Amino acid sequence: MTVHPRYTQTIAIFVLTLLTVLTLAVLVFIIVFVFGKGLPYISYDFLFAKPEDMGRSGGIFPTLIGTVILPLFAIIIATPLGVGTAVYLTEYTRENRITRIIRFGADCLAGIPSIIFGLFGFIFFVTTLRMGWSIMSGSLTLVFMILPTIIRTSEEAIKAVPYSYREVSFSLGATLWQTVRKVVLPNALPGIVTGIMLSIGRSIGETAAVIFTAGSSLRMPHSIFDSIRTMSVHFYILAREGISNKNAYATAAVLIISILIINLISYWMMNMFIAKKTK
Amino acid sequence: MEGDYKFRINNLNVFWGKAQALRSISIDIPANRILGIIGPSGSGKTVFLRSLNRMNDLVPEISVEGRILLDGEDIYHPDVDPVKLRKRVGMVFALPVPLPASIYDNIVFSPSLFRIRDRKKLNHLVETSLTSAFLWDEVKDRLKTSALRLSGGQQQRLCLARVLAMEPEVILLDEPCSGLDPISTAAIEDALGILKKNFTIILVTNNTKQAARVADNTAFFLMSEMIEYGATEQIFTMPRDKRTNDYVTGRFG
Repeated sequence: MTVHPRYTQTIAIFVLTLLTVLTLAVLVFIIVFVFGKGLPYISYDFLFAKPEDMGRSGGIFPTLIGTVILPLFAIIIATPLGVGTAVYLTEYTRENRITRIIRFGADCLAGIPSIIFGLFGFIFFVTTLRMGWSIMSGSLTLVFMILPTIIRTSEEAIKAVPYSYREVSFSLGATLWQTVRKVVLPNALPGIVTGIMLSIGRSIGETAAVIFTAGSSLRMPHSIFDSIRTMSVHFYILAREGISNKNAYATAAVLIISILIINLISYWMMNMFIAKKTK
Repeated sequence: MEGDYKFRINNLNVFWGKAQALRSISIDIPANRILGIIGPSGSGKTVFLRSLNRMNDLVPEISVEGRILLDGEDIYHPDVDPVKLRKRVGMVFALPVPLPASIYDNIVFSPSLFRIRDRKKLNHLVETSLTSAFLWDEVKDRLKTSALRLSGGQQQRLCLARVLAMEPEVILLDEPCSGLDPISTAAIEDALGILKKNFTIILVTNNTKQAARVADNTAFFLMSEMIEYGATEQIFTMPRDKRTNDYVTGRFG
């Protein structure tokens, strides 16, 4: 049986619209659900006060700090490592056995469940290196976890820079390093930033690896060797131990809002950057 | 064809993998003249051009044999830094490739690599090189806008100006007008006519008439070999080789 192209076209539009609406509906449902249960409990005090009674009452301020500081340290360490590796793989070596092994390794690392990173971090940083449950152990574990993402997204971004730009740069008397610095990296920046943003999102939401390595102390940390609790961990413990459902949802709402803000900022930064180049 | 020679090339053989891209090319290129290189696609013109500023080094499969002397100095000698060579021998590519930055930043790209920071000097370089490329009047009021917004013809003149700002000694042009309209082409040809006072110019072109218009000397390449080389007038009116004659009169297959 053949159907007239006019009808297949109508059917295609209908099905594709339906799929899009379904996807969006799931997203909206989750957000509305969490916000509905959590938003009423969010107040200035909830954000900026110390938790009382294991989080049953009081605020979440230390976990807010933990959520900012752990991913921040991880990104600060992982970005130069990851971008440097990507530049090395794309610009400084030819495709060979070793680059393929490095790339394969990065891909495998990206697919490992985060609990394994947590276990590794616990054995290596927390006990072997005697860092204890601390910001340091947690950040370093996150570094291992997000490094593959940063390497691979940076690599793709660098590869997407047209070869002709490199040729022009060389023909104008630039060295390889000058070409990387002045031509390749600036043009790969939007892609690299995307990878970093993905990694921030992933490390903010990470629970398993963090609970094993940064611990779950609710006290304000005084140094990077103190234990800390992030919002994700806080949410997990509040819900899992049945401490306070309302505070768990309120924490989740704050978490979602912070991720939205991060995405908006990165989106805005990217637009600014692209607008600047084609002005 | 007497006078100073900028390039002296002796028995140049270039291999691309196992295939031979150039076969024993020997040619002396006089300074402050325009050499036109004509020939069908795939005849080795571009590979020849890229041997002169060692852009071929960037392609691992290419190997170069023979001797290329620039002012008497072997440019493939191990002591020669290809980065310094490329500053002396500038290149304009077939497709205009402005870097995604402002017109101004495109022009100062090369000078700033060599640590020229003085604003006055840079401004002066921008004005003189854009003027020499016949582009200054069109863009002087919008130097800070993106070079990507220029038309194709303007972009190619920008690329020429960008090379001029490097202050090279030789300018290699690889079919610079292949995608341009006749008016932009004329602007580039006029610019080259004036520039040859200060530069040695080597112009690869698919447009035989262009070589006849602007080149002082012309070389004809065919199937990896240089068939004939002589004063442009002689090549176009009294070619010695039958194949040259066939090509310049347009009778070639």
